[in-house]
Amino acid sequence: MNKLVLATAVALGLALTQVQAEGISDDKVKIGVLADMGGTYADVCGKGCVAAVEMAIADFGGKVLDKPIEVVSADDQNKPDVGSAVVREWLDKDKVDAIGGIVASSVGLAAAKVANEAKKPLLISTAGSPAFTTKQCSPYNAHWAYDVVALANGTVKPLVAAGKKKWFFITADYEFGHALEKVSAGVIEKNGGEVVGSVKVPLGTTDYSSYILQAQSSGADAVALANAGKDFVNSLKGASEFGLNKQATMVGLLVFSSDVQALDPALIADMRLTTGFFSEMDDKTKEWSQRFKEKFGKTPTMGQAGAYSATLHYLNAVKEAGTDDGDAVMAKMKATKPDDFFARNAELRADGRMVHDMYQVRVKKADERANDDDIFALEQTLAGNEVYLPMDAACDFSKK
Amino acid sequence: MEFIKSNKFNIILIALALVIPFGVYPVFLMKVLCFGLFAAAFNLMLGFVGMLSFGHAAFLATGGYVTGYLMSNADLTPELGILCGTLASAVLGYLFGSLSVKREGIYFAMVTLALSQLLFFFFLQAPFTEGENGLQGIPRGKLFGFIDLNNNLSMYYFVLAVFLLGFWLIYRSVHSPFGQVLKAIRENEPRAISLGYSVRQYKLMAFVLSAALSGLAGSTKALVFQLESLTDAHWQMSGEVVLMTLVGGMGTIFGPLVGAAVVVGIENFFSGGELGTYIHIIMGLIFIICVLAFRNGIVGEFNKFVKNNF
Amino acid sequence: MDTILGINPVALFGQLLVGLINGSFYALLSLGLAIIFGLLRIINFAQGALYMIGAFLAWLGLEYWGLSYGWALLIVPLVVGLFGILIERFLIRPIAHEDHLYSLLLTFGVALVLQGVFSHVFGSSGKPYSIPEFLQGVANLGFMYLPIYRGWIIVVSLLVCFGTWWAIEKTKLGAYLRAGTENARLLQAFGINVPLMVTLTFGFGVALAGLAGVLAAPIYSVSPDMGANLLIVVFAIVVIGGMGSIGGAIITGISMGVIEGLTKYFYPEASNTIIFMVMVVVLLIKPAGLFGKEV
Repeated sequence: MNKLVLATAVALGLALTQVQAEGISDDKVKIGVLADMGGTYADVCGKGCVAAVEMAIADFGGKVLDKPIEVVSADDQNKPDVGSAVVREWLDKDKVDAIGGIVASSVGLAAAKVANEAKKPLLISTAGSPAFTTKQCSPYNAHWAYDVVALANGTVKPLVAAGKKKWFFITADYEFGHALEKVSAGVIEKNGGEVVGSVKVPLGTTDYSSYILQAQSSGADAVALANAGKDFVNSLKGASEFGLNKQATMVGLLVFSSDVQALDPALIADMRLTTGFFSEMDDKTKEWSQRFKEKFGKTPTMGQAGAYSATLHYLNAVKEAGTDDGDAVMAKMKATKPDDFFARNAELRADGRMVHDMYQVRVKKADERANDDDIFALEQTLAGNEVYLPMDAACDFSKK
Repeated sequence: MEFIKSNKFNIILIALALVIPFGVYPVFLMKVLCFGLFAAAFNLMLGFVGMLSFGHAAFLATGGYVTGYLMSNADLTPELGILCGTLASAVLGYLFGSLSVKREGIYFAMVTLALSQLLFFFFLQAPFTEGENGLQGIPRGKLFGFIDLNNNLSMYYFVLAVFLLGFWLIYRSVHSPFGQVLKAIRENEPRAISLGYSVRQYKLMAFVLSAALSGLAGSTKALVFQLESLTDAHWQMSGEVVLMTLVGGMGTIFGPLVGAAVVVGIENFFSGGELGTYIHIIMGLIFIICVLAFRNGIVGEFNKFVKNNF
Repeated sequence: MDTILGINPVALFGQLLVGLINGSFYALLSLGLAIIFGLLRIINFAQGALYMIGAFLAWLGLEYWGLSYGWALLIVPLVVGLFGILIERFLIRPIAHEDHLYSLLLTFGVALVLQGVFSHVFGSSGKPYSIPEFLQGVANLGFMYLPIYRGWIIVVSLLVCFGTWWAIEKTKLGAYLRAGTENARLLQAFGINVPLMVTLTFGFGVALAGLAGVLAAPIYSVSPDMGANLLIVVFAIVVIGGMGSIGGAIITGISMGVIEGLTKYFYPEASNTIIFMVMVVVLLIKPAGLFGKEV
């Protein structure tokens, strides 16, 4: 009897999913882009991410399965409560089918809680916390451009090997900064270095002087900036004001092209860092960046390029799956290897991590730069499976 | 029958509140109710004692954080979680109140503002609040152990019940002998003192009650949004509740609710998209207009109109 | 690094310096508030926003109109002061006879509008303003590096603060001001144009905020919300010092900056909250504030 009930329930459940899985819900595909539009991270994703998603839709033809594709966007102000409320309303009221953008990890994780429950794909382009594919993993997350593990492996490891043994961290005080510091500290200790101190700084701080002084008195020979966007720019400026950059090597753990362009070349020249994309790498990236620049007016960052790539892959998956149902689309996205100017030697793993080639680059000096966009010199290409974490067994959704 | 006649207005309102979620997005309504309760609690101080607190965000956030933390970690039922959040805010209200009711007028406003900023930094740094990340994914739980609140509609009716309870409590206090003394203090403090009332004690009691009800609003809001973050503790939140009360009409019973609906409505209309950056300008302009020309607020002006014309 | 009795002098003096700089800003802003409060009995909530405007005008001046730092230091406070006069004349005066809480709310609204306009036009992220060339560089004091510009801030703001104090305590104009604080109607009867004096005083108090903004532009990046958070700390300082005296506002401002700096060295976790905690202690011991009269 029990078995019969169970079987009926399963059959009913399957029938229901089947019903859901057919066609495009409410006759259109709607993508919501959530990002910080005017704050600390506005330049690394922001309106540029909206432009990148729109560009992907235009390149795809504007329609999928003969249904129109729409974009809505919102400013999350880097506040988890704002982001989470926006996503809730998008899903409840506006019938949004997938969410892109996602910058601050704190906002991203809050948005993920809502989106995952509603079984809608979350295309994370610019957030860095590894939690999306570890402790808060979900079958509906697609973590695209990079994560802090890849940054730590790509940037910190070679510096420790080159003799920088004593490290101090200036860390953005929220999920992303904490994760970046923790992972990097692990890499440092594993390779024979030590962390002599760290200080947590609120997001959006402008005066770094007292933190720089703490770093200065710690005796570190490398000072890691576990922050991003405007925070990175301001902390590096502060370091030069107090002469910290002459006493220790400044290490930018997450540096976007927009940050480099905002700084005096003398301040940042020769810094070595890890990125998932830079516009002047080869003809393919140049061609796309040129088109982006024509549309948006600024050089694309890694986050914006990632947003384009993720959207395009999503739309292809919708087309192949013949539906915008979250489960079916995610399955297709994982079954097909993404391959474009951004995602190289890439796959979207079962845990939602998009593993692709990363690049270790050096910031060019002023006189090396052929034009304003020519800021990075490629040192080494890092194979994705060398820098990203191996899949956490608990997050292997192919087996569930 | 008598009851129905004398409460016609209230019964219509409640009936409206019962059917409205079928036409309007329930999460928006819940937000209005939570902020309406918050503003009504705040109005207890500003409207009925005449003291402007610029730090009421502290109580909203304390309620939210305590409830959120307990719901996530201690496996409480929602009604117990909310009760704990409310009590925590009452205790905090006692501490802040003991310090601040010593001062009056502008000083009282500055002291409460500074105290709430102190608490903001505490919440920023304390590990249990998760700092900038906020408490995420707070479970709504099962009311009394068996009513699942994950459904937006059942959550709405629960929030409505909480709101009515809080509102009733405020109404009762204002119309009690206690409320009469408060009004006496507002109108003429020296006389209240000379009549033998221990004014500070009354002020402190009003402050604690106001803090507790603000905490109730915060606790409920944390469950609605399943998230509690520093936004609730920020000074802008303290400013927002002042604005709601001012717009709706301070010292009136329904003013704060109307003000909350107006302010939350404006925020919702402007949030997201290109218009987002206008919010602060509009809020500021409303502030200026209210202070210069519209000091009675919507409900206050409405009452005046009714009184003069009927 | 060398330490003496477990204290690292480089770090300690560094934090003291940073504290002194913050203290200079606290002093300038609370001085402006105290002057305005003295005559008008109101607290200007827009003081932080006007400080922000001072910084923005300096930045705009340099970026678009070729206004150098030196000129900005002179012109911007005048412009901000004029702007303040308009606010006083057209917004505050009409409600001057009402409860002072209304003027507090009014200036809060003004602050929101100003902050909103600037973040709408310029975005909420900071704008860079480079340190003027003649103040760039670092002086090696032996025990620490002193960025010259930061030393400059301390010198300028101390000069302005004590100049103002002297003008109010020792000159005839100051005497009128103090008389107006005590009894404005009597002063009016002596033939002094009190409303004009109120307007000018408001303008001057606000101009101090504008000056602080220009001084701050090169070291804090210029952003719409730079004034708001600072102002709340200044409020706490005003409560600590009490509104009784001009000198009190200056001394409290600077010493709170120094205390904050010391906290950053000895117990950095409390550096954001130390001033508020001092406020709590003062409220417990001397509710009227260190330099205040019981009201």
